[in-house]
Amino acid sequence: MPTATYADTAVPVDDEGFFTDPGRWSEPMAEQIAHEQGITELTDRHWTVIRFMREQYAAKGTGPTVRVLGKTSGVSVKELYQLFPKGPAKTAAKIAGIPKPRGCI
Amino acid sequence: MSTHIVVLGGGTAGTLTANRLRRMYDAGECRITVVDQDDDHVYQPGLLFVPFGLAQPHHLVRSRPRQLHAGIDYQRARIDRVDLDARTVHFAVGGWVSYDVLVVATGARLLPEETEGLTGPGWGENVFTFYDLPGAVGLHHALERFQGGRVVVNVADLPFKCPVAPLEFTFLADWYFRRCGVRDRVQLTYATPLDAAFTKPAAAKALGGLLADKGVELVTEFTLGEVDGAGGRLVSYDEREVPFDLAVVVPLHGGAAYVDRSPGLGDELGFVPVDPHTLQHPDHPEVFAIGDAAGLPASKAGSVAHFEGATLTGNIARLLAGRPVEPSYDGHTNCFVETGFHKALLIDFNYDTEPLPGHFPGAVGLPLLKESYANHLGKLAFEWLYWHTLLPGRELPGIGAEMPEQGKSHSLA
Repeated sequence: MPTATYADTAVPVDDEGFFTDPGRWSEPMAEQIAHEQGITELTDRHWTVIRFMREQYAAKGTGPTVRVLGKTSGVSVKELYQLFPKGPAKTAAKIAGIPKPRGCI
Repeated sequence: MSTHIVVLGGGTAGTLTANRLRRMYDAGECRITVVDQDDDHVYQPGLLFVPFGLAQPHHLVRSRPRQLHAGIDYQRARIDRVDLDARTVHFAVGGWVSYDVLVVATGARLLPEETEGLTGPGWGENVFTFYDLPGAVGLHHALERFQGGRVVVNVADLPFKCPVAPLEFTFLADWYFRRCGVRDRVQLTYATPLDAAFTKPAAAKALGGLLADKGVELVTEFTLGEVDGAGGRLVSYDEREVPFDLAVVVPLHGGAAYVDRSPGLGDELGFVPVDPHTLQHPDHPEVFAIGDAAGLPASKAGSVAHFEGATLTGNIARLLAGRPVEPSYDGHTNCFVETGFHKALLIDFNYDTEPLPGHFPGAVGLPLLKESYANHLGKLAFEWLYWHTLLPGRELPGIGAEMPEQGKSHSLA
């Protein structure tokens, strides 16, 4: 399994770079992951979403989809795309150190 | 006094559930009531064919109560809310019914008004959905008038019913325009919120390959933010645009409205969270959900409802007998994918196994993930099976609820 190094710590990730063990994540890693995703600074609004992603993962075993995020995180879908332009659910999950959200089909 | 099982919804899942339960219990043991707000049961797989003139709308609709076995009560009523603590369903016009066991089978609801502009200028003129009967009929007339231009088929966002239907529509549109002799004047685009034509690698490759073969442009990770009917543009949340002369949109889906009015029953989208293997509500063991109404990581498709039926009715029987429920539903899904020119392919998968090539249901059988005339015949034969086998709650011959492993080629994935 591939690993990535954030905040001087090697962590296991999947082929797309999502954490496979969310327990290995720490807040100082988030800024570095965000930079990799083209986000230069994490604002309070980013952190609202990141913390929400982790809470949802802990409660449900998967991160929310964009649509659910827009309904439940207190951040609208439009703003989510402004905060995470490359796709809020996937980018925020990556920064939050949780596995890729499972969308139902 | 006998046990009272109340089934909310008289569609595919609710009807087959009530009919299975009726065969398991005689009227003295168990009273079964089905509640729905109208009497029209629509054969939803047929909606795909209406825009192309391949199905007549009035052939798709039959009476809901007439699909129910004798001895099942049918209550036509709009549901206001479910009181989980009092085990009571309240109706909008007043009145209520109490239950010992509740089955939520009220399906999914189309929510076009939740997407900016979708129901604005152009709706019903150059912007359509074929996911309900009026929309499918409107689209049929629009296609009859269409002389050429840009056609986009778009899925607004997940989840949505019958995940292969928009792909099938695109394949059939290619066939239809060729048959009309105007294909060279039509630019076909398929825009999806997924990162490929379909989920899971083997199916995405096969279905994406078919789109490419048919000259269809594929736009991925396109989550619909706005529809500009007057300007002929679909705009994604990340501000990409797909221009169109005719847009065919699968709107956002949610659960039935009463679920939102019933504290503790549903999730943020109005679907009912249940254990993915037992179909039982996590907080209310006497409540189950089946079919599109269930908030499961499974496709919203009639085959899922059929396969869930065995688990659901078995678990209701165990609950009533005071025994533990069994985690027997494996996520089995089975879909014929019509691809035009009298061909279809077939996919078969579950929670753990993606759609794979091979044959179904065993080493000899219908080809999986491969176009064939036999699969097309299977798709057409399904309508008869739906009314005469699936809805009455019978087993489909040779097809069990559990996904068959035999015949699947893991090495080719």
